[in-house]
Amino acid sequence: MTEFCHSDTPSTTSSGSAYARIFRDGLWDNNVAMGQMLALCPLLAVTTSATNGLGMGLATLAVLIMTNGIISAVRNIISPQVRIPVLIVLIATVVTLVDMTINAFLHDLYKVLGLFIALIVTNCAIFGRAESFASKNPVPLAIADAIAMGAGFTWVLVVVGGIREVIGSGTLFANASLLLGSGFAWLETTVIPHYSGVLLAILPPGAFMALGFLIAGKRLIDRRRAHRAQQKAMQAVLAS
Amino acid sequence: MSFQLSAYRDRLSYQILLLGGACALVSLLLVAGNELTLPRIGDHLVADKLAMLAQVLPASAYNNNPLEHSEEQASPQLAEPVVLMQATRDEQLQANILQLIVPGWGGPLNMIMAVNPAGEVLGVRVISHKETPGLADKIERAKSDWITGFEGHSLANTSAQQWKVKKDGGEFDQFTGATITPRAVVRGVHEGLLIQQQWQQKGQPSTSQPPTGASSHD
Repeated sequence: MTEFCHSDTPSTTSSGSAYARIFRDGLWDNNVAMGQMLALCPLLAVTTSATNGLGMGLATLAVLIMTNGIISAVRNIISPQVRIPVLIVLIATVVTLVDMTINAFLHDLYKVLGLFIALIVTNCAIFGRAESFASKNPVPLAIADAIAMGAGFTWVLVVVGGIREVIGSGTLFANASLLLGSGFAWLETTVIPHYSGVLLAILPPGAFMALGFLIAGKRLIDRRRAHRAQQKAMQAVLAS
Repeated sequence: MSFQLSAYRDRLSYQILLLGGACALVSLLLVAGNELTLPRIGDHLVADKLAMLAQVLPASAYNNNPLEHSEEQASPQLAEPVVLMQATRDEQLQANILQLIVPGWGGPLNMIMAVNPAGEVLGVRVISHKETPGLADKIERAKSDWITGFEGHSLANTSAQQWKVKKDGGEFDQFTGATITPRAVVRGVHEGLLIQQQWQQKGQPSTSQPPTGASSHD
């Protein structure tokens, strides 16, 4: 599938298109959850509401930027033979320090995000990006990759959380003001009033189903896009 | 620099030094981080506890620091001992405060409750839990007022048979899709009341309590 996607992007080597490539990969083509199929454990666990998804996504994004930046900066020192334990130790430390710092200095935020931050340790996407991208690329590219991958993961979390929340409890972004502050209370909407809720959507199977439909949808769109690109190429060949 | 490095990077000693160095650096960072944040986190935890206390008992109701003296009492029904504290005002007992942990559906439920000297529940809150979000988290005051349903209940006005969820023939509502969690909370409150009764009958702890115990006035 990635071959198709490569074909419709300009194959120049200027840095501008390298960044564009990184963001296309992160947000869609090679999305953490839908393309790489990584980080599904935290994704399935916390997406009972759109707000929870957003919280987990933002926490992951912040940690990812730090770990990618640090690992890219020391990538020449790390030898390939022991890179895995070194990366794991670095990532675990960053997560722990972030956890302690937020707990000490942003305690109100910690009460909302605390659970998510601890869960980031179980997120293999962080290690995946460190291993496959940050340890091979310069710092600016690694940070761009972190932002793209983090944002891509966040939107999938919010969408899966939103689907489950609307079907499961008839609301959208409930308790968003607890996470984002009272200025975001307008986000909290009741989609279906007096709704008794579909339990299945809130329970783990609902997460698998919502994610399954999302991935199937992405595959369909990708296939249609590839088909259209192929047709265009055929027409170009016929025209010449 | 990278040229020099690459000459050494494949040696065994380099791996040992790198791994050791990384672990040493990381330990140092963690120790420093812990040192810097621990006192603040401790302050926050005390503030959180007082804030939690304020939810079950208004701060104006007492003028001592209940966190100063606490007693533990084991219960055969609960795995963890119950922590008992007293809120007094001018040496007069206003409420017994109990902290107890009952097993829920997804993990332990950490509860706090205040009981007045007459044995009536003044307030109950679940401080922390691992129940299913969106389903059993209605035990949180922020999400539902279910937990306020215990207020005013005592062993005297609610029989042991009534200290159950409605599904089991008791007094208290369960919520759709979650029976085990409300059952656990009801059990916890009941257990808490029994323990506080035992504790009161055993005689108040000596700490800051005048010989004419406040309980005798009621």
